[in-house]
Amino acid sequence: MINDTIAGVSTAVGNSGISVIRLSGPDAFLIADKIFKGKYSVSEQESHTIQYGKIISNETNEVIDEVLLIKMEAPRTYTREDVVEISSHGGYTIASSLLNLLYSNGARPAEPGEFTKRAFLNGRIDLSQAEAVMDIIQARTQRVSKVAVKQLEGSVSQKLNVIRERIITLLSDIEVNLDYPEYDAEEITLAQAGKETTSIIIEIDSLIKSFHYGKLLREGMEIVISGRPNVGKSSLMNRLTRKNRSIVTDIPGTTRDTVEEYVNIKGIPVKLVDTAGVRETLDQVEQQGVERTIKAISDADLVILLIDISQGFTAEDHDLLNKILKERKPYVLCFNKTDLVDDKQKINDNINLYPDAIPMSISEDRGVDELEERIFGYATENSQDIDNQVLITNARHEGQLKKAKEHLESAYRASVSKMTLDMVALDLKAALEELGKITGDHADQDVINAIFSRFCLGK
Amino acid sequence: MTKESAQNDRGTKRSAQNDKRALRKELNGYIIKVIYMKDFIGGEYDVIVVGAGHAGCEAALATARLGFSTAIFTLNLDNIANMPCNPNIGGTAKGQLVREVDALGGQMGISADANFIQSKILNRAKGPAVYSLRAQIDRRAYSDYMKYVLEAQENLEIKQAEVTGILCENQKIKGIRIHTGTVFYCRILILTTGTYLNANIIIGESKISSGPDGLLPANRLSDSLEELGIELLRFKTGTPPRINERSIDYSKLIEQPGDEDIVPFSFMSGELQIEQVPCYMTHTTAETHRIIRENLHRAPMYSGEIKGIGARYCPSIEDKIVRFADKESHQVFVEPMGLGTKEVYLQGMSTSMPEDVQLKMVRSLPGLEKAQIMRPAYAIEYDCINPAQLKLSLEIKGIEGLFFAGQINGSSGYEEAAAQGLMAGINAAMKLQNREPLVLDRSQAYIGVLIDDLVTKGTNEPYRMMTSRAEYRLYLRQDNADLRLTTIGHEIGLVTPERYNRFLEKRRLIQGEIRRLQNTILPANDRINDFLERHGSTKIVTGIKLYDLLKRPEMEYPYLKEIDQGAELPKEVIEQVSVSIKYEGYLKRQMNQIEQFKRMEERRLPEEIDYEKIHGLSLEARQKLNAIKPVSLGQASRISGVSPADVAVLLVYLESRKRKG
Repeated sequence: MINDTIAGVSTAVGNSGISVIRLSGPDAFLIADKIFKGKYSVSEQESHTIQYGKIISNETNEVIDEVLLIKMEAPRTYTREDVVEISSHGGYTIASSLLNLLYSNGARPAEPGEFTKRAFLNGRIDLSQAEAVMDIIQARTQRVSKVAVKQLEGSVSQKLNVIRERIITLLSDIEVNLDYPEYDAEEITLAQAGKETTSIIIEIDSLIKSFHYGKLLREGMEIVISGRPNVGKSSLMNRLTRKNRSIVTDIPGTTRDTVEEYVNIKGIPVKLVDTAGVRETLDQVEQQGVERTIKAISDADLVILLIDISQGFTAEDHDLLNKILKERKPYVLCFNKTDLVDDKQKINDNINLYPDAIPMSISEDRGVDELEERIFGYATENSQDIDNQVLITNARHEGQLKKAKEHLESAYRASVSKMTLDMVALDLKAALEELGKITGDHADQDVINAIFSRFCLGK
Repeated sequence: MTKESAQNDRGTKRSAQNDKRALRKELNGYIIKVIYMKDFIGGEYDVIVVGAGHAGCEAALATARLGFSTAIFTLNLDNIANMPCNPNIGGTAKGQLVREVDALGGQMGISADANFIQSKILNRAKGPAVYSLRAQIDRRAYSDYMKYVLEAQENLEIKQAEVTGILCENQKIKGIRIHTGTVFYCRILILTTGTYLNANIIIGESKISSGPDGLLPANRLSDSLEELGIELLRFKTGTPPRINERSIDYSKLIEQPGDEDIVPFSFMSGELQIEQVPCYMTHTTAETHRIIRENLHRAPMYSGEIKGIGARYCPSIEDKIVRFADKESHQVFVEPMGLGTKEVYLQGMSTSMPEDVQLKMVRSLPGLEKAQIMRPAYAIEYDCINPAQLKLSLEIKGIEGLFFAGQINGSSGYEEAAAQGLMAGINAAMKLQNREPLVLDRSQAYIGVLIDDLVTKGTNEPYRMMTSRAEYRLYLRQDNADLRLTTIGHEIGLVTPERYNRFLEKRRLIQGEIRRLQNTILPANDRINDFLERHGSTKIVTGIKLYDLLKRPEMEYPYLKEIDQGAELPKEVIEQVSVSIKYEGYLKRQMNQIEQFKRMEERRLPEEIDYEKIHGLSLEARQKLNAIKPVSLGQASRISGVSPADVAVLLVYLESRKRKG
């Protein structure tokens, strides 16, 4: 039964300095060798030793990360299979690129609880824990599917459905001709099937590229810190940059009118923009400053509106909030300087009005952690319940999309090399099945339903 | 599944049942008097088959041929293996089924080859996975032929009677009772009652209790099934009108001839040569559509008269016109019903409209302006069982020795019926021999797909086989049915030595020729390159194996004659060789998929597992698993409501069970 190699993250991503990616199964060493460059190849490396090296993408030759790799030969491992553990620098970006690399080199995404399941099936965990193992599988699966559903809400799932529908339509066009040869519709030709397949490949490609975290991770997330003068914008900026490892980037600053910093918040690359620079360097040019602020807000992915709560929620604060709302930007309200407010009731009154606001005291380092959580939450579109499951489902979805694309390419090749329509259908169906693993739909029934709803058949 | 919860799933069921009761009250007037002779025992058999349609014939022949005393009961001896609907056998996916029945040692292919009047391969250009053979059949001749085959069969008795009751003791089959009260005992009972159970024929406003083709319905057996706790469904199907061909102006129709090169259904048939009869084509007109729209209120499907669930692939013409309103015309095929009759079948005009509307509709078709309707079109409603109550062997769960096959299982089509009949017959014999049942899986045969679909997923409309239902259709081709199944049929004992030797010889020739093609290397000389150029293929600079040459899409096996001296091989051998070379890559991929599939099928789930007690299974999965009692992890994974996580849990459960010993 167990004959494939699985990969997954075994530490929580974003919360720790390093993340550990685990590979388990007969091809673990083989797969690791394809992407790892160290002093020794993984196959040569001695069991239960650790070695330093680099993970290099065999697609782009890009160095993904410097890592430590532990090799463990079966049976003295967690799963009693050959296991490789790769410790990489923490963070969403690196962990997901690494996982994707493993998936495209022959590993399969681990199902929830699968390492534990294998440990049990291979006799590593004793019988008394069988029930616990079963519970873990069911519980984790429910959690993952909950996350997956949340992940899939919105534009990704819409695009995914469009692609699925197009494949189903094309397949039913082909299948209706195969199953009802005397049906009096225009028969689809190989060339038409090939053309439609190409166009679907373009769609799926754009989906892979725009895949939610993909965009944020590649391009970074732009966060604007806004607020009246002296509410603590620069302090917050400094606090966030000092706390988080600054990341080096080759994106040149387009303008120096604003202060920009690149930081990594819980694995999400973030470009922080402090609009403070605007007002304070170009002091008197009020009008120009306001325009710049608005421009910064409209470019941002997320706006932090900092308020000096010791002065209350002023009219100027309201103005800024309205500007953000007008730009339809997601924002986080932070009530700073809570340490300066003697009457705590004053804070509570405002919190009651704005329950999402974060009470904060930058000088006493309170509330900043929560802000970071909120940023990470927004980045993963899942403000509670964030953990590596989000990453795993995302990486899995992308892996599935890539597999679907491979099948579509194969369908295209079949259509241009004058194979028959039934072979093209075979590849299309395989593509549909891969997409079905994301959405949980069953391909066969959908195609048959499409045939009957679209064509008028019968005796 | 408890009986009650199952019924809740099927909303239409209850009201249909009440209908039936009311109808039965009306009918009591017809049954003059039944005096049961005090348990007169009419006979004792190993196997009794009820119904002599396409399923019943295969079932009875199989058990009799395997040496068991068998009796087959039919309402009317003159309608054995009747074709009450389309006068043809085969077609997409169905042709594959007939081939598989034949490869296992069944009868349908041989009978079809003996009585066809036109033959055609469909989908010739669309790929080997979907080539399908279809033959127009002389309906009367086929029925007579099949009756004779049954009569001539050793161990088989044929009886005309209505079976009215099932005798069962301690959940074990004992026998049957017929309309006269006579009792027959048996160890195994196979029900293949087709569309006859509580059948109603509906034509417009008229609804009568009748089986198809004016035959008697079986109105009492359903009660007996319900008493045994078997859940019934009510399905509906229909058939178009029959016309006297003398009244058709054929000059306005388009002729549809058969293929010149006749491919037989049976692997035993060899070369066939007959004078073929053409079919014809016409189409509906704006006038037809107008007539239908104006009379829609009189169509029972729309007036609410028909409550049975109909098949989507077999809609009536009024259905088509309502659902696809923008389509201006539909094809209508005129198919001969046989050589000894002038009756023709109007494929595409299935309807349950009143007779007067039917006549107007038919006469609006070009060429049929003066058509005389011999038998009007009708819809038929009938009882069938919910097939999810069956095991994969087609024996029902909970009653020892009771098997079901054919349309009573919610399927439709002669071929689907024959395939199930054969399997029920084989498994009845296996049971009597204390052998494991023969269960073909989805990667072995369309038969496997058919039975697995019915049993694992159930069906909410008459089930028709389609190539799109088969995951591994590239492997499940009609041309290799014997290579897939004849060894199995041989082990069962249904394959005659003659058939088996033929098969062995064919396999030897195929393997030999593939080896030869792999070992023969063509030199890169002018003669070869001329040959390649002639056939639009790229020239070679180094030698090439014949095998690799054949992989080129433009290269066909028969061309090789020009440059290569191979032995003369039979057509079917060349076909196998060509397909396995041309599609090698795809076939390999499919074989990998099959291997994966098999691993899941091989994880057996013992019958005694109580899924309610398994920790970690979702609630829905527990209920469904307990109702279906799947035999393998693979089957479990196909039940709707059983998630991949549930399957993983089952895997862990199986392991812990194994360790406990």
